[in-house]
Amino acid sequence: MLKIEDLHIYYGHVHALKGITLEIQDGELVALLGPNGAGKSTTLMGISGIVSLRSGTIQYDGMDISKKDPQEIVELGIIHSPEGRRIFGNLSVLENLRMGAVRRRDKSSLKKDMEEVFSLFPILEKRQHQAGGTLSGGEQQMLAIGRALIAKPRLLMLDEPSLGLAPLVVKEIFTVIKGLHEKGVTILLVEQNARQALRIADRSYLLETGSIALTGTKAEMANNPEIEKIYLSRADEGSVQNAT
Amino acid sequence: MQLEYLVQQIINSVSIGSLYALMAIGLAMVFGILRLINFAHGDLIMVGSYATLLLNTLGLPFWIAALLGILISGLAGVVMERVAYRPIRGASDVAMLLTSFAVTIFLENLAVMIFRATSRPFASPVILSQVVKFGGIRVSSLSLISIGITLVLLVLLTIFVKRTETGISLRATSQDLIAARLMGINVNRIIVTAFIIGSVLAGVVGVLWSARVGKIDPLMGFQPVLKAFVGSVVGGLGSIPGAILGGYLLGIMEILLQALLPSNLAPYRDAFVFIILIILLLFRPNGILGTTAKEKI
Repeated sequence: MLKIEDLHIYYGHVHALKGITLEIQDGELVALLGPNGAGKSTTLMGISGIVSLRSGTIQYDGMDISKKDPQEIVELGIIHSPEGRRIFGNLSVLENLRMGAVRRRDKSSLKKDMEEVFSLFPILEKRQHQAGGTLSGGEQQMLAIGRALIAKPRLLMLDEPSLGLAPLVVKEIFTVIKGLHEKGVTILLVEQNARQALRIADRSYLLETGSIALTGTKAEMANNPEIEKIYLSRADEGSVQNAT
Repeated sequence: MQLEYLVQQIINSVSIGSLYALMAIGLAMVFGILRLINFAHGDLIMVGSYATLLLNTLGLPFWIAALLGILISGLAGVVMERVAYRPIRGASDVAMLLTSFAVTIFLENLAVMIFRATSRPFASPVILSQVVKFGGIRVSSLSLISIGITLVLLVLLTIFVKRTETGISLRATSQDLIAARLMGINVNRIIVTAFIIGSVLAGVVGVLWSARVGKIDPLMGFQPVLKAFVGSVVGGLGSIPGAILGGYLLGIMEILLQALLPSNLAPYRDAFVFIILIILLLFRPNGILGTTAKEKI
């Protein structure tokens, strides 16, 4: 479905992505792991067309999308739920969800889709008229996922959906992600929470300072001592940095 | 007598506050999305007024001339965005501010070249210059019409930003540009919409302001835009409700101080207004309705 080849991205003089190559098949759940600053979010921002590419190609169903703007990419069904959730704080929950549907052509089933989101996250229904900014972190994450689902993704990209959430909420979010995957949604999941992500991902890529250090299927990754070495020790360091 | 005088002044102050509020909305919408303080917004008042006057002297009835003048002001706003601001999108705040000064200087000098620097009388129909009496209270029909038109426009604007997809997208874009783009919102279209709304409102202000003052000149937009800017800062820069509140607050303080200050202090009215506003900002640096300024990318 999505095929990225030799992707390079610069922020000014900083070489953020140094030739990423990765592939996602229809219906797969692929995890993109790695410590802070490895280039995970940059990869997603590149796919979404928010940051421009220096070189490399992004193919979607065989079509080159590397020059398309974010609006066209959303129209193609690639929906990106960004890091830090980026809920519209002054908009109500309903209005936030409605923003997910901006690029949809068929708005007739919108009401039904909203109800589906509400059945996935019942708390959002209760809070539907409340401003997004007044929700708790977990609720905001649910809203961010719900907003992305309203856009009817063919490829759903979730950036750090567990960031800063209580363990119980993290579990709930991961259960939902797993459920979406089982329903056939193709997912690219960016996570610093590697243990949880490895548990549900079909395949994973491990990024380190802008390059792919390691890749493998669920089974291959499960017993790979390299992961511990590259990532897990540094992830603790990363979470300490996040907390301060 | 004293009470009647006060009521008259309150109506007068609400009417001038209405004009500041309409101006401030345009500033707030554009600032909310682009972080651009568009000082050239004031010149749209001038464009609308001159267009109205010109069409009126060419023989069109006043109201049709005014309507067309307002539309021309809207068009001028779109051209301004396309020619001056779109090319520097994403530049630093200072670069954008300087560009807005450049646009102001350009438009004002263009108007001086075409119309000369001297002011021209702005003839408005009788209905705008009558005195309406309620018991002992005498107010100008223009004040009442200004308040009425503003209320209608505010209701329409509220329906637009609360109910329509474009309106909700506008609020979303002004909160988080990147998230808005990730939703697939056409940000260019939203920015143009903000400019159209702002400059049409400026055109309305142009007509009402000119009718109030009775004459127009190429620099006429400077003072109102400055007041509207102060109003929007006091209300909370970038917030539409804040802009409305700040605009009214400024108008009310201005007129009430004028009316209540002893006559030897009345000429210093603006100084008193600004002292009050500075004190207010000391306690609420982000304005009355402004939230703690969140970082915007």
